[in-house]
Amino acid sequence: MYQAIVFLPLLGALLGEPVGLRAGARAAEILTTGLLLLCAALSWAAFFQVGYGAQAHALVVPVAQWLKVGDLDVSWALRIDALTATMLVVVTSVSGLVHLYSIGYMAEDPSRPRFFSYLSLFTFAMLMLVTADNLVQMFFGWEGVGLASYLLIGFWYEKPSANAAAIKAFVVNRVGDFGFALGIFLVFALTKSVSFDAIFAAAPGLAGKSVHAFGMDVDALTLACLLLFMGAMGKSAQFLLHTWLPDAMEGPTPVSALIHAATMVTAGVFMVARLSPLFAHAPAALGFVTAVGATTALFAATVGLVQNDIKRVIAYSTCSQLGYMFVALGVGAYGVGIFHLFTHAFFKALLFLGAGSVIHAMHHEQDMRNMGGLRTKIPLTFWAMTVGTLALTGFPFTAGYYSKDAIIEAAYAGQGWTATYGFLCTVVAAGLTSFYSWRLVFMTFFGEPRAFGAHAHDDHAHGDDAHAHEPHESPATMLVPLALLSLGALAAGFAFHGAFVAPGAEAFWKGSIADMSGAVDAMEKVPGFVSLLPTLMMVGGFLVAYAMYVMRPGSADALAKAMPLAYRFLLNKWYFDELYDFLFVRPAFWLGRLFWKGGDGRIIDGFGPDGVSSEVLAVSGRVVRLQSGYVYHYAFAMMLGIAAIITWYLFMGVR
Amino acid sequence: MTSAPWLSLTIWIPIAFGVAVLAFNDRHAATVRRIALIGAVLGLAVSLPLYTGFNTQTSAMQFVELAPWIPRFSINYNLGVDGISVLFILLNSFITVLVVIAGWASITKRVAQYMAAFLIMSGLLNGVFAALDAMLFYVFFEATLIPMFIIIGVWGGPNRVYAALKFFLYTLLGSLLMLVSFLYLYDKSGGSFSIQDWWRLPLPLGVQILLFFGFLLGFAVKVPMWPVHTWLPDAHVEAPTGGSVILAAIMLKMGGYGFLRFSLPMFPVASHLLGPLVFWMSAIAIVYTSLVALVQEDMKKLIAYSSVAHMGFVTMGLFSLDAQGVQGAVFQMVSHGLVSGALFLCVGVVYDRMHTREISAYGGLARRMPLYAFALMLFTMANVGLPGTSGFVGEFLTLIGAFAASTWVALGATTGVILSAAYALWLYRRVAFGALDKPSLAAIADLEPREVLVLAPLALLVVYYGVHPQPILDASQASVDALLRGVGAALASAAKAAAYAQL
Repeated sequence: MYQAIVFLPLLGALLGEPVGLRAGARAAEILTTGLLLLCAALSWAAFFQVGYGAQAHALVVPVAQWLKVGDLDVSWALRIDALTATMLVVVTSVSGLVHLYSIGYMAEDPSRPRFFSYLSLFTFAMLMLVTADNLVQMFFGWEGVGLASYLLIGFWYEKPSANAAAIKAFVVNRVGDFGFALGIFLVFALTKSVSFDAIFAAAPGLAGKSVHAFGMDVDALTLACLLLFMGAMGKSAQFLLHTWLPDAMEGPTPVSALIHAATMVTAGVFMVARLSPLFAHAPAALGFVTAVGATTALFAATVGLVQNDIKRVIAYSTCSQLGYMFVALGVGAYGVGIFHLFTHAFFKALLFLGAGSVIHAMHHEQDMRNMGGLRTKIPLTFWAMTVGTLALTGFPFTAGYYSKDAIIEAAYAGQGWTATYGFLCTVVAAGLTSFYSWRLVFMTFFGEPRAFGAHAHDDHAHGDDAHAHEPHESPATMLVPLALLSLGALAAGFAFHGAFVAPGAEAFWKGSIADMSGAVDAMEKVPGFVSLLPTLMMVGGFLVAYAMYVMRPGSADALAKAMPLAYRFLLNKWYFDELYDFLFVRPAFWLGRLFWKGGDGRIIDGFGPDGVSSEVLAVSGRVVRLQSGYVYHYAFAMMLGIAAIITWYLFMGVR
Repeated sequence: MTSAPWLSLTIWIPIAFGVAVLAFNDRHAATVRRIALIGAVLGLAVSLPLYTGFNTQTSAMQFVELAPWIPRFSINYNLGVDGISVLFILLNSFITVLVVIAGWASITKRVAQYMAAFLIMSGLLNGVFAALDAMLFYVFFEATLIPMFIIIGVWGGPNRVYAALKFFLYTLLGSLLMLVSFLYLYDKSGGSFSIQDWWRLPLPLGVQILLFFGFLLGFAVKVPMWPVHTWLPDAHVEAPTGGSVILAAIMLKMGGYGFLRFSLPMFPVASHLLGPLVFWMSAIAIVYTSLVALVQEDMKKLIAYSSVAHMGFVTMGLFSLDAQGVQGAVFQMVSHGLVSGALFLCVGVVYDRMHTREISAYGGLARRMPLYAFALMLFTMANVGLPGTSGFVGEFLTLIGAFAASTWVALGATTGVILSAAYALWLYRRVAFGALDKPSLAAIADLEPREVLVLAPLALLVVYYGVHPQPILDASQASVDALLRGVGAALASAAKAAAYAQL
């Protein structure tokens, strides 16, 4: 069964394009979507069997040998435990629904078979990642999802912006992978193994040991965890390595929902949870995880406040929510982080697919300033988006209410200054989240329609004929996924709270993540105001958004004008792109040119062969001109060359 | 079956066919192509017994042939392969077939000479990898220069004479010191040119160091290592497609092979002592040439610089002197042979159509050439070392080996994974993505069956060895283990001697 879950999507990926060419795009759609929905059904069965069953240990399904060199022994294998089962459900469910949704969303695209192949390829890589039994297979999935992400962001490859975004995503992720790879090397150097069981068994013995690396003596596990976490920062778009995620919105919206919200970007969170038995022995690294997560949660939320592209708002929200998950992991509440990953997958996929439905209805308009009043035109989409927003902002008894509030409680209960910092950041970010989420809903669905009717815009790319059409509700293939995800966004928290995070959650996790009973017990003891705080922040954010965008439209613009510096700073995303361009991109090209023209050209060649060969060339050039073309002339030139070399050699020898 | 002189056949069959086609002129081009293909395929066929009959359990030389050649100097025609060299003979025989097919339509002038050059080259290269006699090795090693010189000089681009001479100058210069070293070893070993005899020579450290440098230049030029790499981009740019493929896929491997066959086993203590030098040169090569690749405007130059970077992983792995590093280096050489060969073939595909290698002349090929775009994407990903392709295995193993030897070098070399992604994707984006708005490209056609026939086997192998690299690793394991045991023993006794000296 587990092999089927992992490899059916690969089958879909391989067959999608050829089937599409022979039997038409619809056949490819049905094939890939059918396989994925089958996978999802199997995954839910696995989830209940593993999570709620009696099997105490991780099940490892061997597949094949990969690499064996000396001590290094890497196998292809599927590791099935509660953590994996949870990820299987998330990945295959969202992927199946996104496949289904794409049938409607991509209906006009001529390259649909390729699109569905890529989606299935992504799913396969993601499943390899979450079922990995060792670091190297995880790295395989890790880079595989990176490839799929690159291909899908750049799916509309004729758009320069999509190409740029795709390359940026891959390269920035590679920066993270650079750390991940070094982390694997260090772990192997320390434990002579890359398989999880062996590493985890060795971890307690390594705690507190130091290692000499990069010219310093440092705590071995701390360094290993920090290097590995660098990979997580890249994949999960954490502060400093986040710049690729907003640009990744150039990809088709279903891609954003699947890859850049629900699954791939959570791989970093999964990684830390998977390696929690290692991280648990590296408290300094955990503190760093919290600090980065907290910074990201707050930073991304501030940027999200002022963005006008509907997808970018949700992208920054994703970035911010991923930060929340890391805060939970960093304070040792691993199950809480995964719980938020789980619920977030539903409501964030819902929000993205809802946004896709809006964009579909608006004929590929993404700027919220050109929307408004859509509530009555596309009511089903409106309700879906509202459900997603309620869940994201943590409205009582929706999914986010359980998971996000649990994170804030865990941060409050956590030890050390990083936990306190995490608590403050997540609380403030909760308010900001509520504001930007409701701002999105109000700008899109409320107020006067701004794009169509009386005043047409002529300052954006879409032709006039687009505005000739009224916004229209999406087809059933798109609405059904929205409905199912809405259900998840409403109920996932309530239904699984007990299993994932309540005291006694160990019975569910069964050792697949490190012991978190300390964190959970401390969460139970937090004072009542802490539990109430996120809800208050949510209400506050809602009220401010309501006041600014519904009661007094225009007040937001006035505020922006009143504080131009702050506004521009946020609008330009803290100028990270400009900074990185200045610090890394330009110098790389500058150095490349310097090494090429200066190093290779002037120095190496100038002092080396050119000085000598220019003489030879002058002679041989004359020879070639005599009667160009015959082989023996070149042989003759060759002789001259040899003579020149020997002469040079003798001359050098004499000196 | 093993009684046949398979190694001699892999050398002389291609050469015999190469000489035979010279009897024809261009009016019989079709015949020439057919004969050449038969020769190449036969060459591959006689190399297959080396694979099927190979015993992976032993590090001893197999398929050994021994006959006196110049008895006065006890120079022997001595052939044999171990788990390292057998891989390169197979790779070479395989790539030769592809090169012959690749030149099928694009070469129309002096077809016989062209095919002859490649076939003779193939035989000579097999000779390099099979020779167990140092003089024999040297003859093959030097002789390979001539066909390549002619290939570049005759079928090359406008600046071919410069490139050919530069190529010649560098490589010949490099190997002169090697010849001197050979003569010294001949003398020290009491008049033997047997490479295996030389392995057993106990050499004092000072001599080891001198000889190490004597060999270093010769092999470093071939690899090529920074800073003696500048001949390669010029040679690649001017060479015809087939020439680039052989150059990148096989000829460069002579350098890495040389380190394995001579430097490491003969001068283990010097290799250990001077390892850091090679290490740093490798790390610099990776970073430096990757940055240079980033700013190239010529497709072939870009891939050539990327080749230098990837060969940097090879030298880094070799001098890590541990199992993962050395096995990884061997694997990386084979993988690079497949991947860089494929990339140059990909450039050839569009060059044949447009007659330019300027990156800016392309753009949006994915629209009209989906098959080509797919193949190029696959090989690009293999080039950036994506797991699941053969490119990953070599890089990963060499890096893991290097990390154990020097964390700083591993750190520097690992930045290569970022830079390679940058230059490779940037190339891909400019060639295959974007809008197809250049009028010259409006009618460009996708891969034809002959081109698919050439690229498909490479694509399959790149993925196959990415997922299942064990056949190559198993083949080389016994030989690499024996090599490392020898190095370890030498280091141990050197350490003991040093300890005595301290007393």
